[in-house]
Amino acid sequence: MSTTPVTPKAVKTNRIGLQILDYRGGKTTLCAGCGHNAISERITEAFFEMGIQPERVMKMSGIGCSSKSPAYFMSRSFSFNSVHGRMPSVATGALLANKTMRSIGISGDGDTASIGMGQFIHLLRRNVPMIYIIEDNGVYGLTKGQFSATADIGSKLKTGVVNDLPAIDTCALAIQMGATFIGRSFSGDKKQLSAMLKAAISHRGTVMLDIISPCVTFNDHEGSTKSYKYMQEHEEAVSELGFVPHFEDIAVEYDHNTTVDVRLHDGSHLRLRKLHEDYDPTDKVHAMKMLMEAHDKGEVLTGVFYVDTQKPDFTSLLNMVDEPLATLPQERVRPSREVLTEIMEAHS
Amino acid sequence: MTPSELVAQAQPASGPASGVKQIVNDFSIQIATVNGSGSQSANNVLLRSIFRMGVPVSGKNLFPSNIAGLPTWYTIRVSKHGWVARKTDLDVLIAMNAETAQQDVLSLAEGAAVIYDESLKLNDLRPDLIYYPVPFDKLAASTGADAKIRKLVKNMVYVGVAANLLSIDMGWVEKTVRKQFAKKVKAAELNLNAVRAGFDYAASSLTKQDPYVVEPMNATQGKIIIDGNAAAAMGAMFAGVTVVTWYPITPSSSVVEQLIDYMKKYRIEQDGKANFAIVQAEDELAAIGMVLGAGWAGARSMTATSGPGISLMAEFAGLGYYAEIPGVIFDIQRTGPSTGLPTRTSQGDLTFIAGLSHGDTKHVMLIPATVKECFEFGIEAFNIAEQLQTPIFVLSDLDLGMNNWMSEPFEYPEKPITRGKVLDARQLEELGGFGRYKDVDGDGVPYRTLPGTDHSAAAYFTRGSGHNEKAQYTERPDDYENNMLRLARKFETAKTLVPKPVLESKGQQKVGIIAFGTSHFAVIESRDQLQRESQLATDYLRIRAYPFTQEMQDFVSRHERIYVVEQNRDSQMLNLLKIELDPTQTVKLHSVRHFNGLPIDARSITTAIAAQEGAGK
Ligand SMILES: Cc1ncc(C[n+]2csc(CCOP(=O)(O)OP(=O)(O)O)c2C)c(N)n1
Ligand code: SF4
Ligand SMILES: [Mg+2]
Repeated sequence: MSTTPVTPKAVKTNRIGLQILDYRGGKTTLCAGCGHNAISERITEAFFEMGIQPERVMKMSGIGCSSKSPAYFMSRSFSFNSVHGRMPSVATGALLANKTMRSIGISGDGDTASIGMGQFIHLLRRNVPMIYIIEDNGVYGLTKGQFSATADIGSKLKTGVVNDLPAIDTCALAIQMGATFIGRSFSGDKKQLSAMLKAAISHRGTVMLDIISPCVTFNDHEGSTKSYKYMQEHEEAVSELGFVPHFEDIAVEYDHNTTVDVRLHDGSHLRLRKLHEDYDPTDKVHAMKMLMEAHDKGEVLTGVFYVDTQKPDFTSLLNMVDEPLATLPQERVRPSREVLTEIMEAHS
Repeated sequence: MTPSELVAQAQPASGPASGVKQIVNDFSIQIATVNGSGSQSANNVLLRSIFRMGVPVSGKNLFPSNIAGLPTWYTIRVSKHGWVARKTDLDVLIAMNAETAQQDVLSLAEGAAVIYDESLKLNDLRPDLIYYPVPFDKLAASTGADAKIRKLVKNMVYVGVAANLLSIDMGWVEKTVRKQFAKKVKAAELNLNAVRAGFDYAASSLTKQDPYVVEPMNATQGKIIIDGNAAAAMGAMFAGVTVVTWYPITPSSSVVEQLIDYMKKYRIEQDGKANFAIVQAEDELAAIGMVLGAGWAGARSMTATSGPGISLMAEFAGLGYYAEIPGVIFDIQRTGPSTGLPTRTSQGDLTFIAGLSHGDTKHVMLIPATVKECFEFGIEAFNIAEQLQTPIFVLSDLDLGMNNWMSEPFEYPEKPITRGKVLDARQLEELGGFGRYKDVDGDGVPYRTLPGTDHSAAAYFTRGSGHNEKAQYTERPDDYENNMLRLARKFETAKTLVPKPVLESKGQQKVGIIAFGTSHFAVIESRDQLQRESQLATDYLRIRAYPFTQEMQDFVSRHERIYVVEQNRDSQMLNLLKIELDPTQTVKLHSVRHFNGLPIDARSITTAIAAQEGAGK
């Protein structure tokens, strides 16, 4: 007979008193084992651990299996599943209306790199303050496995069809186009992805994350370069990510020779321990070089490639009032009678 | 020099030749120039000087799709009756473009006057016209203007010549020039010198032989002159628009360009910050995407475009309809299909927009006919968009948007801004939650929340895929059908919110006319012609919105024959009417169409209706 009383296990809460349950979404309808599901899990945890109020978050997406996934995390956040490839404009509009909200966009490699290329580039160029995630599986999952534009040259479809066009590297593109936080990760790399997502939440500006996310149904076979196996064999991290949130003690020492410390907008710190010798996440040209060289070597480079914490984001450039435009009262948005008289006078 | 001195000093040298009967305040002037030659200010001075003499005027710019070098024409119609539609007969020509001068002369009405550069030697072309050769270059040089701007100054010389020949009050000309160049005193002087040079030359060297003169009236007091795009922009500003997106396209660009000017002047707060965002998007797909994103997040958002942009917006328009998101789209129609005649007018987007996007989509359209309505509908569109939670299209056209129209001054909007059915955190607490697409009030319009609403039941999932009352994904046949039927109910509710048609007569005749938008001005003039020339009395209903309301049904059933006047080839309005009318009624509808890119004129309508009525025979 036991003598110790049974105490109920304390439910873990975050710094704003919410439980992980408060960050969960609906039950996924994606295939079991789909990389997209793992990413939804990591996003759920990251927002929970960072203690972000779910009602302050807008989840945006285009069309595709990946774009469905906002339904599977954070049900208490506002969600907009828009049209194929055109989520960037919708997300931009929503942030113009309410720049005090946080925004996370989920896209696919088809949604971004083909039909959505135009809007994608302009989102990056504007440095719209949001996290933009490409759940990258090299195929159009939802339309049953055609090649996308991020498929590597020489990679093979299940049917044996070989891709003979070069892949678009969305990270290289993002560096060139002006995004201010750019990284690549792998849905199966829990530790790296978690740190990257939390850092992304702390950044203000466009965070562009290309997350390799295998499609188990259409692109996880021999000959695919976006399969679990291929990633396990070819993933090459440029740095090891450490993340110290702004609400935790930063006393931990680090070696300045081997580690780059980036202070993010909310006061959190991203600690990047170099795995590549001359790795420098503030140097665009070097970041591009790294990516190009990795392509030649057949490596899938992961990690944070570039961070710029200085460049103003799009909503700041517009010099808007502090409050959300969406809810300004009539007194502020309808000019006075005198203004109308003045304009009428000018046309008399 | 004061205006009165100017007038006293410079009287017309001579009156019209004896025997010529004067035609007072009832003629049109055409100014033929080269695009990019800066004739706009000069034309504006002529237009406004006549307007300030109290005489009704309208000004229409016929310009090419080109920046510089191609011919352009500006027509001023002077009408003591107040007719402002395009007049087909041209009575006075100011020929400044060597390239088109011959053709311009050949197209004039009999007895017309031609003011032209003497080097063009036009006077042998037709014996039935009156010619006034003018040494424009010499006169421009005499003003002391340096060579660089002489081309511009030359335009002001024709203002002076015309002022003299047509008896336009020089006092008003001077005031108008000074107002136009209010911030540039030197430029004002230079331009005035040019006007005087032209005036004095005409006074000393030309003999008035044509019958056309302007005499002061009292028909424009208190009125303004403005273009429809400026009026629409003002409407949007007073509606409290906060997010504006656009992609430049003629003839809609000046909606946003003028809006930018207004907003910078009147919507910057004391701390220097803007209570709005205006974004030039990468294309119209992005422009409408941003509008919907902003509307979803609670802003009053808009874009302005023309036909090709509307084509690109189709997919998003369907999303806006189905996901129920407010937004306002101004379509300043131009001539299609495709690039068509990009700088000519049309009413050709009607049927396309009515059902823009795939599936069973239906859109609300507001159709202004006057600049005042551009302003008023520009405001009301935002209210209706939020009340109905759907995109609202405002269909103007190039003629209305880019030309100068007289109007009563606009009235300050007394009606408060209405934001529609939006639940806040307190209401959610009381209700214990909500169904985003549930028809609580029976009007088909559900309740929504805005992102950021601080309540755990506030969020919902917006999607263009099938959804049930709770905004959850569904493919169930009954869910889909119920939702579509509710949207149809909402479209019925729209009928109670849109501007009603205007019955412009007592409604007791056998013959009725239905028209909309800028055809209005030609229709009212045509009704006068039909009455006077053919003793044909007509009733007239002007439609101002889609969906149509009961008034349209009543009008059709009360008449034996209805002429639907419109500026497109395919009788688009007539076809929309047919969809709603009983087959016993549709047989009454007859089409009067005008679609050559020029604004419709009264004579074309009169001829078409008189012929079909066998009138006047
Ligand atoms: C305008 C338009 N064209 C085509 C489609 C069909 N379609 C749906 S999803 C998709 C591709 C999605 O691929 P991706 O973005 O890579 O997402 P994944 O399913 O692989 O996660 C396509 C072509 C569509 N929905 N809309
Ligand atoms: S088809 Fe591929 S991408 Fe889509 S859910 Fe299945 S595994 Fe994921
Ligand atoms: Mg994909």
